[in-house]
Parts: sequence; C-alpha cells; structure tokens
Amino acid sequence: MNDSPLLALAGYFALLSLFAVGGANAAIPEMHRIAVEVMHWMSDRQFADMFAIAQASPGPNVIIVTLIGYHVAGFAGAAVATVAMCGPTCVLAFFVARVWDRFKEARWRIAIQAGLVPVSLGLIGASAFVLARTADHNIYAAVITAITALVGFATRINPLWLFAAAGVLGLTGWL
Amino acid sequence: MSSPAAPSPADRPSLVALFRAFAVVSLSGFGGALPWARLMIVERKRWMSAEEFNEAFALSQFLPGPNVINFSVVFGARFGGAPGAAVALAGLLGPPLAIVMVLAILYARFGGVETLSRILAGVTAAAVGLLIAVVAKMAAPLFLSRWNSGPVIAILAFIGVAIMQWPLPIVFAVLAPVSVGFAWFKR
Repeated sequence: MNDSPLLALAGYFALLSLFAVGGANAAIPEMHRIAVEVMHWMSDRQFADMFAIAQASPGPNVIIVTLIGYHVAGFAGAAVATVAMCGPTCVLAFFVARVWDRFKEARWRIAIQAGLVPVSLGLIGASAFVLARTADHNIYAAVITAITALVGFATRINPLWLFAAAGVLGLTGWL
Repeated sequence: MSSPAAPSPADRPSLVALFRAFAVVSLSGFGGALPWARLMIVERKRWMSAEEFNEAFALSQFLPGPNVINFSVVFGARFGGAPGAAVALAGLLGPPLAIVMVLAILYARFGGVETLSRILAGVTAAAVGLLIAVVAKMAAPLFLSRWNSGPVIAILAFIGVAIMQWPLPIVFAVLAPVSVGFAWFKR
C-alpha cells in the first residue's frame, strides 16, 4: 500500500483530469487501470459497482472519483479526489472562457468555435453509441432506449417520468 | 452560423437563478447531465439559442476534464463572472455529492446491492435514449443549415471513436484542425 493515499489520490486525479479530453466516461478505462491494476485500491467487481452507483446517482458521472476517494481514504479521500479531478480544469475553463468572450468578434475565434462544434457533436454521438452498447444487453433494454429517444426528441414530456417507468421495469427483473 | 447578440442585462440570470438551474440539472441528470443542461438552458429558460449552446458545449468539450463541469464554469463565467462560475459549479456538484456520499456509506456497509443494480439497468437504458434524443437535437442546426463541412466532420468523428475505437485525443487532434480550417475559409 502507498504510504500516503491522499497524496496519491490527489496526484493521479489531478493528472488524469488534465488529460481527460472527452469527459469522465472517456477517462473510465484509465481510472480502472490505476485503481484496480496499479494501486490495488479495489477489486474489479468493486470498481464496476462504483461505476454503477455513479451512473445511478443524479449528477455528473465524474462523481465516480468521489466514490473511489471515499473507498480509499474515507471523507478526506472523497474530498481530495473530487477537488483534484475538478479543480485544475475548472480554473483553466474559467480563464479560457474569459479570453474567449473577449475575442468575440475575432475571425480566428469564430473559426475555432464553428470548427469545434461538429467534432464535439460526433464525439457525443460516439459516447451515446458506446453507452448504448453496454446498456442495451437485451431487446427490452434496447426498446426502452428507442422509446426514450423518440419521446425525448419529439415531445416535451419530462424525461424523469420515462426514467421512473424504466426503473420500475428494471426492478421487476425484465432487463 | 451567425451568433446572435450577447444577452442584454435584463436576460441575465441572477446568481440564485444560476445556482437553482444547475442544481435542478444535476439532480435530474441520471446517466449524465448534458441532456438536462440543454433542456434547462435552451428549452426552458431560453438563456441560450441552440447554436450558442452547441458552441459553448463544444468549447467545454475541447477543454480537458469533465465536460459538464467545464460547461457550468464557462456558462457561469459568461453570465456572472467569477461568482457566476462558482455558483453554477456549486449547484452542479453540491447536491449530487451529498447524495453519492450517502450511497458510498451504504455501499461500504452493505456491499453490492442487487435491487439497486436492477433499477439501474432500466434507468441506464432510458438515460441512453435521452442522450440520443439530445444528440439529434444538437445535430439539427448543423445538418439543416446550408451545405458545409460540418456534417461530414461530425460523422467522421463518430466513426473514428464509436466504430474504429481509435483513442479520443487522436481523433480530436486530427479532425479539429481540419474542421477549424474549413470554418476559416468558409465565406
């Protein structure tokens, strides 16, 4: 075991956050490698459970790092891991946003912005595809996904109702 | 795509409104907060147009780190400077952190929870559907506008990451300059 788990948590997650282009889900494989294989903080099964809890909880999926931190070093670990994962990138985002808004009319800024939109869209589409492949492991789950997609696109019904219905269906053991 | 004028001061959300909006987004955001952020900001509050949202989100995605976290900072900074960024971030992270800590304690006490994982299977399937719906909505302005390179780039990025499973940073590093180049020379 590492002598100072808090320091290890802070170091790993701060580093990871700066390389995690594409968001928390894109960084999952790397978190798994560190938490299970390198540091032996937890078993494979425990990591999968934490991913599931993070997905099931409302809020950004990045809170999986809070769970990992808590598992490693209690409340202090949870706090350190969360701040390390979010702090550096938030500061960066803040300053980039300031600079960005100052050059609102600059041609390079307009070009970069217009150019990034389609790439970003393709990446979000890809993560939807990857998540669908893990979530829709049988036909019923795929049908729920398809219905939610259609209703979400075509109507203004609050999607929480669909989530509640899907959760109940899951509870009955159909999925 | 022409960016509409910046919001007039009257349209600017107060700090309290910002905090509440992001808290609601995060508390509704099962399986990712992006769909809910768009629902709140574009469709309910109309703080941004569909195009502005796409642009702000693309910027957040281009920055390293969790996208929605970055987005809350970018959005909050634009509408309320440093306090706005802090308040939006606190709204997005605070409530779910409290909930997840309770779950972490329960998990540490009771271990794997069968009931939870069953409910989860259903909710996750629905959450993916909602994400697909949002991708379709975000794609609409791009695919419906006058012909440009956008749709081709978006489809290539999708294929690279989803089908070919190339590392995301590489796909990004190749496509982003190409796409920005097209945007630069487009008149």
